[in-house]
Amino acid sequence: MAALSLRGIRKRFGVTVALDGVDLDIAAGEVLAIVGENGAGKSTLLNVIAGALDPDQGTLTLGAAGVAYIRQELSLFPHLSVAENILMGREPARFGVIDGGAMIARTQSLLDEFGRPEIRPADIVGGLSPASRQVVEICRALAADARLILMDEPTSSLERADVLRLFASVRRLCARGIAVVYVSHFLEEIREIASRAIVLRDGRSVWTGRLGEVTDEGLIRQMIGRAVDAGFSAAAARPHGDVVLSVDSIAGATFELRRGQILGIAGLVGSGRTELVRALFGLDAVRHGELRIRGERVDARRLSAGGSIRRGLGYLSEDRRVDGLFPHLSVRENLAMTRLDARDVGRWIERFRIKAGDIEDLIGTLSGGNQQKVLLARLLHQGASILLLDEPTRGIDVGTKAEIYDLIRTLAGEGKAMVMVSSYLPELFGVCDHLAVMNRGRLCEVRPIEAWTPDSVLEAAIGVGSAAA
Amino acid sequence: MSPRSVSTLRRLAPFAGLALVILVFAALTGAPAQYLSIPNLRIVLAQTVIVAIGAVGMTMIIVSGGIDLSVGSTIALTSVATALALHRSWPPVTSIAVAIALGGAVGMVNGLVITTLRVVPFIATLGMLGMARGVAKWLAGEMTVAAPETWINELAVTFPSRPWMVVAPGVWMTVILAVGASIALRRTVFGRHVFAIGSNEIAARACGIAVTRMKIAIYGLAGCAFGLAGVMQMSRLRQGDPTVAAGAELDIIAAVVIGGGSLSGGQGSILGAMVGALIMAFLRNGCQQVGWPNYIQEIIIGAIIVIAVALESRARRRD
Repeated sequence: MAALSLRGIRKRFGVTVALDGVDLDIAAGEVLAIVGENGAGKSTLLNVIAGALDPDQGTLTLGAAGVAYIRQELSLFPHLSVAENILMGREPARFGVIDGGAMIARTQSLLDEFGRPEIRPADIVGGLSPASRQVVEICRALAADARLILMDEPTSSLERADVLRLFASVRRLCARGIAVVYVSHFLEEIREIASRAIVLRDGRSVWTGRLGEVTDEGLIRQMIGRAVDAGFSAAAARPHGDVVLSVDSIAGATFELRRGQILGIAGLVGSGRTELVRALFGLDAVRHGELRIRGERVDARRLSAGGSIRRGLGYLSEDRRVDGLFPHLSVRENLAMTRLDARDVGRWIERFRIKAGDIEDLIGTLSGGNQQKVLLARLLHQGASILLLDEPTRGIDVGTKAEIYDLIRTLAGEGKAMVMVSSYLPELFGVCDHLAVMNRGRLCEVRPIEAWTPDSVLEAAIGVGSAAA
Repeated sequence: MSPRSVSTLRRLAPFAGLALVILVFAALTGAPAQYLSIPNLRIVLAQTVIVAIGAVGMTMIIVSGGIDLSVGSTIALTSVATALALHRSWPPVTSIAVAIALGGAVGMVNGLVITTLRVVPFIATLGMLGMARGVAKWLAGEMTVAAPETWINELAVTFPSRPWMVVAPGVWMTVILAVGASIALRRTVFGRHVFAIGSNEIAARACGIAVTRMKIAIYGLAGCAFGLAGVMQMSRLRQGDPTVAAGAELDIIAAVVIGGGSLSGGQGSILGAMVGALIMAFLRNGCQQVGWPNYIQEIIIGAIIVIAVALESRARRRD
């Protein structure tokens, strides 16, 4: 009997189509892997299956009630014990008084079967390792009698030994007839645990089949799918000037950046790309490593955002709403936040073609793309010549994206040096002249863009053959 | 160290603080026998009753991730209500019941405003701080309300009329209330759900806990404790005073926090809060015995609150 079947699931958020026709079947006792690039719609799909989101179209048929969604540590009570976490909401009790003995016994029997001997029912969850917390989440799903368990990147914070333990638990779940939907970027792990996989690309299920019948290269080709250079004019080779930024083993990265260079940084979500740019800008503490800015040695442990701005660095954050915008302030105030000389702010509005009714309007009244342009203009207004751009085109419309690409190229032509983090391969290939890939907190060697192919980038990001180490 | 032994150590920290305060002041007064004598302990304990009863309710609220700034006003309101009821010759038991019910009603209004109107607890109870104080003055006609002599006046006296009780009846009531509340928080489904809401409210909802109803109940029950504290306040003054206990909420919150409660929720214990209340009472008493002026007490207590929370957050970062 099918534990779950989906037909033609569609879901859109505003103008973004997150799911655009997903078909999926999973039988009881089966592990089905879902793979796809960042932003392919995997998390949205899991939320739809878990019932947290309603699809706009399509049918969802559940074989039996009881879906548990295991999200990394989000659904635990850090201050409470293992037993309380596992049995929360279904405590054995008489007249409202908890039966402590039954609580421990029931937890212990679940832990004996699926857990690890060092986890005790009375341990406080906040003090457990990530792997042990995951065991607690699995046991809670079992205590809730879940027949379908969804796991989203369950191994991203686990050591190899814990990955093996997790897989042993998953196999025991299957032996009980529980179906598992397993989302992961790590292809070699997927081959170990799942028999079938489904590839999501741009919100569509583009391939379903047995893993034994497809190579890694074949899967990656399905994940990328499109012609990668579409929409980008070929990046002209630019003569690079002097080294302006030289990074030696900071946040897992060693590289040099020259005037006029655009260095792309690819990698999976959570691989440490944002951590790298934040560390370089002085927002996160750095324990060791060396940094030279235009030849001047800077103590990496004493970096600060204020000092970085004075030295000519500029940082565009990954999520402008969280740490970029001041939503209650005007366009002018936002633009001039890092250099409070607001006299010539108007020229940026013109140069960046920012569509704002008035420069005194609140920044919140602008479209996402125009907000992003204001933030980019802020960096130039403050006089930055080394720009650290984290996902500069996230969440903005296609037209503005193209304008931002043009801007970035023009700025490089004027001698600005740029580091550009992106999850979107086409823009990395279209805009950057050099590229390096982050994998589990390590940046690989920087190579010219011509030396990379989309397949080789994804392989380096997923770490085929090396991630197990 | 295992997580268990770390949390045991943390639970012991308030006791160590209390022992330290007592030792230091026993030495400073130059007369340790007198500072630790039964008569002086009676004074300290009788002075602790109101803050301690308030801290029982406040612990529940803080553990659930909330805060209540309206306690001082609620104490004044319920002390006035007790005096008015006695004034109308209602029996003492009925008068106490009125005060507790009124405190509970104020708490439930707080809970309703927080959950259904989605006003953050700080603001909702800040509003109640003003409203309850105003209602207290209105009921009392902006004067103190004289209460006829009843056994209620005996509750919070320093020297009980029945010597076998050793300390005031109100102290024993506080002990019983604290033990009961402690068992309820640790051993009942309700109590553990209070912790669950403070630890991770979203997950609590996902586990099927009726968070809205729970919160209204938590503020309501805590309000009942504040009502009882109002009775004790009336007992100490022997009259209902609508201007009394201004700022008491800060002492009460301080007691909970010194006792290991975390304002971000999920953490705290009744026992710790009782120890926190005692630390402040021994400090005040000790300063008086040494002959230090009032402002020294204020500086020391302020510093202790900050130090206790700093140590706690350091311990948490180490985990």
